Amino acid sequence: MIDRRLVTNFDWTLIGLVCAISLVGVLNVYSASAVYKLGGAPYYIKQLNWMGFGLLVSLVVASLDYRILEDFSYWFYGFLLILLIAVLVVGKRSLGATRWLNLGLFTIQPSELMKIVIIITFARYFNNHHETDGLTIKEMLLPLGLLVVPAMLIMKQPDLGTATLVVLIAFSMAFYIGFRWSTIITFALVTVPLVWFAWAVYMKPYQKNRVLDFINPERSRLGSGYHIIQSKIAVGSGGFWGKGYVKGTQSQLRFLPEQHTDFAFSVFAEEWGFVGVLILLVLYLCLILWGLNIARRCNDRLGGLLAVGVTAMLFWHTIINIGMVIGLFPVVGVPLPFFSYGGTSMISFMVAVGILQSISMRRFMF
Amino acid sequence: MIKGQRYVREMSQPKQRTILLGFIVVVLFFLLLLRLWYLQIIRSEEYRAMSENNRLRFLPVAALRGALLDRNGTVMVNNRPSFSLSIIPQEVKDVDSLLDRLASLLKLDRLEMKERWEKSKGRARYYPVVVAINLSQDQVEIIEENRVRLPGVEISMKPIREYAFDNSAAHLFGYIAEISDKELELKAYADYNPGDYVGKNGIEKAWEQELHGNDGGRQLEVDSRGRVLRVLAESRPTVGNSLMLTIDSRLQREAEQAFGAQAGAAVAMNVNTGEVLAFVSSPTFDPSLFAGRIPADIWKEYLEDKRRPLENKALAGQYPPGSTFKVLTALAGLEAGVIDEHTTISDPGYYEMGGHKFRDWKSGGHGVVNLRTSLKESCDTYYYRLGEKLGVDRIAAMAERFWLGRELGIGLQNEKKGLIPSTAWKLKRFGKKWFPGETLPVAIGQGYVLMTPIQLASMTATVANEGTIYRPHLVRKIVDPDGKTVKEFQPEVLGTTGVSVASFKKVKQGMYAVVNDPGGTGANARLWDVKVAGKTGTSQVVKLGEDRKKARKYEHMDHGLFIAFAPFDKPEIAVAVVVEHGGGGGAVAAPIAAKILRSFFDLQKPPAKVKPEKTEQDDEPASDNSGTHTETQKHVPQRQQEEDAE
Repeated sequence: MIDRRLVTNFDWTLIGLVCAISLVGVLNVYSASAVYKLGGAPYYIKQLNWMGFGLLVSLVVASLDYRILEDFSYWFYGFLLILLIAVLVVGKRSLGATRWLNLGLFTIQPSELMKIVIIITFARYFNNHHETDGLTIKEMLLPLGLLVVPAMLIMKQPDLGTATLVVLIAFSMAFYIGFRWSTIITFALVTVPLVWFAWAVYMKPYQKNRVLDFINPERSRLGSGYHIIQSKIAVGSGGFWGKGYVKGTQSQLRFLPEQHTDFAFSVFAEEWGFVGVLILLVLYLCLILWGLNIARRCNDRLGGLLAVGVTAMLFWHTIINIGMVIGLFPVVGVPLPFFSYGGTSMISFMVAVGILQSISMRRFMF
Repeated sequence: MIKGQRYVREMSQPKQRTILLGFIVVVLFFLLLLRLWYLQIIRSEEYRAMSENNRLRFLPVAALRGALLDRNGTVMVNNRPSFSLSIIPQEVKDVDSLLDRLASLLKLDRLEMKERWEKSKGRARYYPVVVAINLSQDQVEIIEENRVRLPGVEISMKPIREYAFDNSAAHLFGYIAEISDKELELKAYADYNPGDYVGKNGIEKAWEQELHGNDGGRQLEVDSRGRVLRVLAESRPTVGNSLMLTIDSRLQREAEQAFGAQAGAAVAMNVNTGEVLAFVSSPTFDPSLFAGRIPADIWKEYLEDKRRPLENKALAGQYPPGSTFKVLTALAGLEAGVIDEHTTISDPGYYEMGGHKFRDWKSGGHGVVNLRTSLKESCDTYYYRLGEKLGVDRIAAMAERFWLGRELGIGLQNEKKGLIPSTAWKLKRFGKKWFPGETLPVAIGQGYVLMTPIQLASMTATVANEGTIYRPHLVRKIVDPDGKTVKEFQPEVLGTTGVSVASFKKVKQGMYAVVNDPGGTGANARLWDVKVAGKTGTSQVVKLGEDRKKARKYEHMDHGLFIAFAPFDKPEIAVAVVVEHGGGGGAVAAPIAAKILRSFFDLQKPPAKVKPEKTEQDDEPASDNSGTHTETQKHVPQRQQEEDAE
């Protein structure tokens, strides 16, 4: 039934890296939520449960042959578009944005699923278009359409972070396939004037201000700007050796916003210092390079595309989240994979890892 | 191109690109690391100093609550400042000794302060914790004098309610009080903090979202001595929206005064819109007491008063409607064709059924009685007979067509449904069959029948307008702090009874006779210039057989009821009055209804005296727009919130 080679080829490096990061994450969630007073299980226990459940999910996904994803990809895509529209029509509002869809038994966040579905959809599309000298403008039109529709729908929720991620993942996959120079040049020729036009003619001053505040939060010391200042103080004051576990003043005095979710990294950086951060970053780097290695080793074009897509998803989340908390990127609500507290993100990253595992285990087949 | 070659290119190109991708990844990670190096090593000292001196303060500024205005724009409920004492956790090292000092300085309850302090655990250390509310002016001054010796102690202003007409309409308004622990856990109160005031009852609770406004505050950075270095963030409080109610403050107070010391309820409604013009529950209470600690003696007094001042009787008081219910029994009879206006009976003073004598209230009987006289004299025998012929289910069906036995959805908490019995109901409730003998009390509004004053008023209005049931409502419009109308509420029709106009006319004739014909039971409600129609009711609280006539305990005395509408020819207002344990409806409730109607029509007249001759004619008295004054008195919102922020 199950091919023995599947077991012997099980990718322990992948699962080991994921477990290492997740456990450091649980440790950090414990510290970040130490000051919270709440009924029910503490956050770190819940996070541990999510981790266990997520690993199971990833094993189930890994046991499936990833090639079946190709057959269903457009169905998934269509279904998700419907869900995204449904969110806008009948979605649940929370914190000023409509992202959740109530399905009776539970609520789901379709934009979260879209990240994985766009990977599968693009993988199928590029797999069936055998271009040799890179993608031409014409060949990019359809995928661009496939991308723009869900991205706009997610923007509308509004969830700028997820929309950006979906676009970045898709472009990473296209880059893997390769562009022609003419494509890049045409793209630049169209986009640059368009953006300039929007900026100079179309946008009103207050909108421009908003964009500037967004790009550089420290422009305004209010709102998100304040959060970034506090986060930078947390990271910077950690110094080389850190302040010690559960001893970060910024986090324990609750100067940090969302400190167990989006700003979990700041808590870690404050308490473990540059040394801790270096180790954590190396773990992430290994995970992502290993993901690319899985893509490289895979002899199947579809497998390679999927592996690159999933790796891009992990990579961009990591870069954007850490970049945000250290003041390099705008503030968008993006979780740090396996590290930020949260069931939904844990499960979706574990599904992603499951796909990688599935590809890695089947590399001998081609 | 050769096939093999093509394959090789196709696969190898992306494969080579993974190496390129790997380079990009490493470079971006390296950039992150560089930035972290810059923050954590090069500028580390600077940030460490900042984190050590990082002292934030949050000065919350409570928003002013929207005002409550009456239908003419008169302010009935507004705000006045109240002072709270707060402690900023990060400024205080030894809380216990600080609380000791505060307790002895201000004569405050140390236990209570400690309790509030304990509740604040787990909140940001720079957020002030309210330890005492509603301070007196003296206490505030003492703190100001001792400021230097009380580091970390803050006084903050929170608006509480000021009632222009003292206890008037207290049950309608409800009151505000400090948010409870239970409420703090609810999602609806997610933005609230301990020490905040919220609506607990009545309009204040039902419209909390509109009235509350948005609290503001300032996020300050301060130095180690508490001096403000800069304002990091500031959000101004926004005043809540005001509500223009449907009640008329003058009519409301007249109605309350008419009750005197008697317990009971009265509801006056616009017959053609469902607007509630007066909403009385007597006796009333002092809503301002709930903003602080209620003095023990007053609290005890409220609880021990047999008249139950805290109960909202107009909405939640369920009473047997007594003879006022005969209006419905009569309509059921007319619609079923069991009787018409000419049907007569001869009343010996009782009705016999199954060997049991059901007594009329008048021991000698009313003689020959038709529909009109049966209502006028409130003959029980007539309705016993009619009830037997109809059966309980046909009476219940008529009551249901008037939306009785269910909530009218007035929009306040704790609205009661009353009870309309039927055979199905009894089977479900008690698992027993309905006995025909039980129908007879129901026909005269006794037995299991229960109605609330608001239902009585709604029923009367529906009779008056001949079949339309309006949802009774209390709010005319929502007005924003600038005086602009946010939302205006239109009359809402719940349904129609489907009863023929002819039947309504016959019953209304009877109700006219109640007040205006010689020998009518409601003569006390007669007005000299406006034709009033009504119906009395006296409902037994306990069955005491022959002892009923003797002197009894207060709790055992009958409730007096009266329903009325006017003017007879073109009804504008419907009134329902219940006087608890007051005795006969004609004697105690009708005069109150008369006073309410009197002031309603007086208030409509222009200030100049109207000559009697003009209105003595029986055409509609005074006015076309029954209480729909549109003068929107500009209500001045409190815009001085910025100053209050300190």
